[in-house]
Amino acid sequence: MSLLKPGHRGCAGCCDALAGKFVLDALGEDTIVVSPTGCLEVFTTPYPESAWGVPWVHSLFENAAAVASGVEAALKALGRKNNTKIVVIGGDGATMDIGLQAISGAFERGHDFTYICVDNEAYMNTGIQRSSATPLYASTTTSPSGKVSFGNPLNKKNMPAIIAAHGSPYVATASVAYAPDMIKKVKKAAEIKGPTYVHVHAPCCTGWKFEGSKTIEVGRLAVETALWPMYEMENGAVTNVRKLKNRKPVEEYLKVQGRFKHLFTMEGGAEVIKKIQAIADWNVKHFGLE
Amino acid sequence: MRKSMVVVEGSYAVAHAVKVCKPHVISAYPITPQTHIVEDLSQFAADGEMNCEYMNVESEFSAISALIGASAAGARTYTSTTSQGLALMHEALFNASGMRLPIVMTVVNRALSAPINIWNDQQDSISQRDTGWIQLYAEDVQESADMTPQLFKLSEDPDVLLPSMACMDGFILSHVYEPVILLEQGLTDEFLPTYSPEFMLDTKNPMSFGAFADPSTYTEFRYKQEKAMGEALRKIEEIANEFKDIYGRYYGGLIDGYALDDAEIVIMAMGSVIGTIKDTIDELRHDGESVGLLKVRSFRPFPADAIRAALKNAKVIVTLDKNISVGKNEGALCTEVKACLHNTDTRVPVIGFMLGHGGRDIPMSMIKKIINKAKLVEKGIFVESEFADLREDLA
Repeated sequence: MSLLKPGHRGCAGCCDALAGKFVLDALGEDTIVVSPTGCLEVFTTPYPESAWGVPWVHSLFENAAAVASGVEAALKALGRKNNTKIVVIGGDGATMDIGLQAISGAFERGHDFTYICVDNEAYMNTGIQRSSATPLYASTTTSPSGKVSFGNPLNKKNMPAIIAAHGSPYVATASVAYAPDMIKKVKKAAEIKGPTYVHVHAPCCTGWKFEGSKTIEVGRLAVETALWPMYEMENGAVTNVRKLKNRKPVEEYLKVQGRFKHLFTMEGGAEVIKKIQAIADWNVKHFGLE
Repeated sequence: MRKSMVVVEGSYAVAHAVKVCKPHVISAYPITPQTHIVEDLSQFAADGEMNCEYMNVESEFSAISALIGASAAGARTYTSTTSQGLALMHEALFNASGMRLPIVMTVVNRALSAPINIWNDQQDSISQRDTGWIQLYAEDVQESADMTPQLFKLSEDPDVLLPSMACMDGFILSHVYEPVILLEQGLTDEFLPTYSPEFMLDTKNPMSFGAFADPSTYTEFRYKQEKAMGEALRKIEEIANEFKDIYGRYYGGLIDGYALDDAEIVIMAMGSVIGTIKDTIDELRHDGESVGLLKVRSFRPFPADAIRAALKNAKVIVTLDKNISVGKNEGALCTEVKACLHNTDTRVPVIGFMLGHGGRDIPMSMIKKIINKAKLVEKGIFVESEFADLREDLA
């Protein structure tokens, strides 16, 4: 049985539950998990129940990286570090917005831990508000499309680049839609000494508005359209990319999600979709995806 | 044999006390006037005198957060901060207490911005009153240092398991050079047992910390925190006595009296101003005046019963506060003392004076002026609470 036990309160088709399961599949029992506040934290630990088969700690929304630093320091001081892996599993808001400073500090200090960002591109736990991970022109409850708006007007923050700039020995992107690849990367990240980072693309059926049975399908379309490039960086340099054979136009990814529905109905939508296609084209060029 | 005293800075005495308590993890961020404590601790670490993980973090928020993780993992943990740094920790302070993590922190008391001011008052720790941390206030450097092992022992007690603050007045105590006895390693080992928590993050025995509690379970977490504070109330006295047995020093447990028993006017205060008040009382007693002091050492837990008993013969109670609840025109001690007397037979005036904000000096003449005002109460002349040391030209 998975170390993330059944019976938790995640939505059917939940990307966080998949991510949590894959991380524990990769790392096994000798792992301590730190969770910031977020969906995963809430739906796995309604007191007095817990879905975690490994030691797990949640403190606040913005401090998971600092908490993980303290766990690592304590294990070292107490002579209990051995091969125990310390891993943060946090959402995009906890990682890229409110927790960024604590992450920067922890990566600078060089603690031996792995930070997994499970990126579902908005604050889903509080009801689909935009974060700095929300992609251009997605409609969220705080960046809704409207008569004079196509939705979120800002580009997604490039978090892996920020972590790489801290000198992290290993930074990778992954997707819950490619489980073996994600498990391999998480395992590799944890085995490399020092602070490592895996940024996992995680389609949220509730927030992105698609059927819960389509999580994997939607996740694959993000990769197949080059909107989510999958790569590994070692000591700051890209060392591996997942190549695309028959790249699909971004419309195929956008049209299956309610958060982009307005782009197909509003006047001027086609022009806006071109801007999203340009992001995919840039990814192809920048990472050499083809 | 008389123990040898050395003249050291207050911060050094505290840092030395921390060292002999053998914390596993220290995590801190520098801020005036706490800096000398963390500098001294850093030097101990650099000289190999401390077998601990010393973390220089990027903010006070991460300092306390790292200790939350370290404490949950089973480590003895320490930090120190002041003022803005303590305010920045605010959210995590509730969290550390709610998670029942016995972190110990020296708060070097300083004023809060705006206007920015680096000097002493007690607005910073008083503003964290309801976070669920034990708060003791030290009178002098020796007490500031001695509180450290006392608080580790108290916080780590399985019946308590609450974090605690040792509050010492910024500059007045942190930067003063005083003759002190540096805490002996041998006595400290005897006084303070090794920390071996029952619950911790351990891959051989997985547990979940920091779960989500809905309305059906949340209240009992709060209730149990309060119950633990009740345990602390009893143990603060007990631990102060154990400390006395081993080290030979005592500062009171929850409270302490000075010329108190027959005093008609009783002054209540916390922190370094106690020394000034004692000197003033000595002079006034010499002149035949009936003035005494009730030092409040523990502000949280608040020793209501002990205070009621100590005040039963008082005719006028005077509270001194280096803090204000703006909009209430009162300091916290004043409010709390009045509240704790309300349902008792003690029906005497409580008059509050706010003073010493942002480092304004409190000379003996100020204490005398306050006592003279307290004497007017008999004639029915008094205001319930006021600033004692306003500058007429700026007010």
